[in-house]
Amino acid sequence: MLNVNDVCVSFSNNRILSDINLHVARGEVLGIIGPNGVGKSTLLRAISASIPLERGSVRVMGKDITGLTSNERARLMAVVPQARSLPPAFTGWETVILGRTPHISWLGHVSARDQEIARLAMQRTETLHLADRPICEMSGGEQQRLLLARALCQSAPVLMLDEPTTHLDLKYQYSLLDLVRRLAREDGLTIIITLHDLNLVSRYTDRVALLVNGRIDALDTPARVLNAGLLSRAYQLPLDVISDRHNGQAMIVPALR
Amino acid sequence: MQTKSAHRIYVLPLILLSLCLLGSVAVGSVFIAPGTLLGLFGARLSGKIIPADWQPYAAIVFNLRLPRTALIALTGAALSGSGAAYQGLFRNPLADPYLIGVASGAGLGAVLAMSIQWPYSIWGLLAVPVFSFLTAMVAVLAVYQLARVGKTLPVTNLILAGVAISSFTTALTSYLMISASGELRRALVWLLGGASHTGWQPVLAILPFVILGLGILASLGHALNVMQFGDEQAQQLGLPVNRVRWLVILAASLTTAAAVSFAGIIGFVGLIVPHTVRLIWGGDYRRLLPLSILNGATLLLCADILARLVLAPREVPVGIITALGGAPFFLWVLRRAKQQNFW
Repeated sequence: MLNVNDVCVSFSNNRILSDINLHVARGEVLGIIGPNGVGKSTLLRAISASIPLERGSVRVMGKDITGLTSNERARLMAVVPQARSLPPAFTGWETVILGRTPHISWLGHVSARDQEIARLAMQRTETLHLADRPICEMSGGEQQRLLLARALCQSAPVLMLDEPTTHLDLKYQYSLLDLVRRLAREDGLTIIITLHDLNLVSRYTDRVALLVNGRIDALDTPARVLNAGLLSRAYQLPLDVISDRHNGQAMIVPALR
Repeated sequence: MQTKSAHRIYVLPLILLSLCLLGSVAVGSVFIAPGTLLGLFGARLSGKIIPADWQPYAAIVFNLRLPRTALIALTGAALSGSGAAYQGLFRNPLADPYLIGVASGAGLGAVLAMSIQWPYSIWGLLAVPVFSFLTAMVAVLAVYQLARVGKTLPVTNLILAGVAISSFTTALTSYLMISASGELRRALVWLLGGASHTGWQPVLAILPFVILGLGILASLGHALNVMQFGDEQAQQLGLPVNRVRWLVILAASLTTAAAVSFAGIIGFVGLIVPHTVRLIWGGDYRRLLPLSILNGATLLLCADILARLVLAPREVPVGIITALGGAPFFLWVLRRAKQQNFW
């Protein structure tokens, strides 16, 4: 479904990403973890062709995305960016409906079907009540869910989320990630998600890529990647992995005395 | 929550515009009563002979007032439409063709062309807007490069860069005018924003540029909406960001240059109108652009009527009126922009 082959990215002679290889299947959730500044967000931007690749290629359903127009690309992949500097006067509805951009005309006329898709996306992300509220009056978490709704409007088979849980309180962290998993299982979306919270990783991803210094250090199931040795080295902090007593999932805690 | 599909919002602006068009033809050193006006239009349209006692009015209306009204309306529409588009493109509430130096840049080109040929020949009529367009493009690109910090365009930087470019081009323009002799002195009056041209020639010359430029801008409403989320998100949403950016810069600079070429440098229209529209009708660019175009024509007509009345029977250049009203408005917008809650 989504193939990232030998991707390298540099900014002014600084190698940010080296030899990234990823293959994500339809209906799979791939988590990307790693300490701050290792290039997690850069990797998403590289995959979404927001920044040029120095080498390598990204293919979605066999199509090289650098050869596509931004419109064609937006029909294949949707990105949920971190909610920062959004236009404050836009209402929730005005924001979400823009997700239909790749499907509507240059003048932006939306059909009843487009509106229905937007309404459904807002329902799924529990943002319907934000329809008439301006962005400047919303919390960071509400903005984040709104951006997910907008991304769902693109009806793209690939969905990428950049730290979507950062501003969310506990309840919405779980409901958003539950939705993400459902989108993969039920709607067959291919999902890449960067996460800070390692305990969410084991619960919500099928496979995890551990990114260290712009390279993939480990790429496997959460149970294998969430290993005290690997993580302690990556995060340069002694960590313990304990097993949740309800479901046996890995829990990561600092091993500090 | 659905976008209002009603065209109702255009009713009030259209009524106001019609009233101002009528007022602009009626008011002046000689007042022409609305009844007489309608009679004159009726006679002209139906091809009847105009009665002898109306003959002097007919000359005033058809040879002086109507072309001036048309020129002023087109200029107001052009400046206000391009102001709204620059604001959307730069995501900056103070981007007005005058404040960011595009108008002065266009003025330099116009004077440059005039120093070669005064615009009352076919070549002159073409050369002035073309030169003006080219220098306007150089000015806007220079301001953009100077003001840019990475991918953002801070409000104050844009204005500072605008002031710099504006001063520089104005100095060059002044130098050209002083070093030249004779005819170019007339350019001074023109530069202050008085519709000193008469007759239909300038109207016909400005028309294609304004229609082309505003036509392109009016079609960019949805694209500018998407652009409000920044280049990266706009591109991820499927917008050809570079194409949109160039279209806006080309079309807005073209309309600004056309307005400046034939009506001089008139400031603040492109600031006042889009802001007022945004306050009343909201920030959706699909409405904001056409509404700014309509109301821009209305506002400049009002200012021009005022310009003819304050020192009657003498006239004040309309640019002075817009600056007197616009500068305080500018300060108010600056204050609001600092609070950053609406924009």
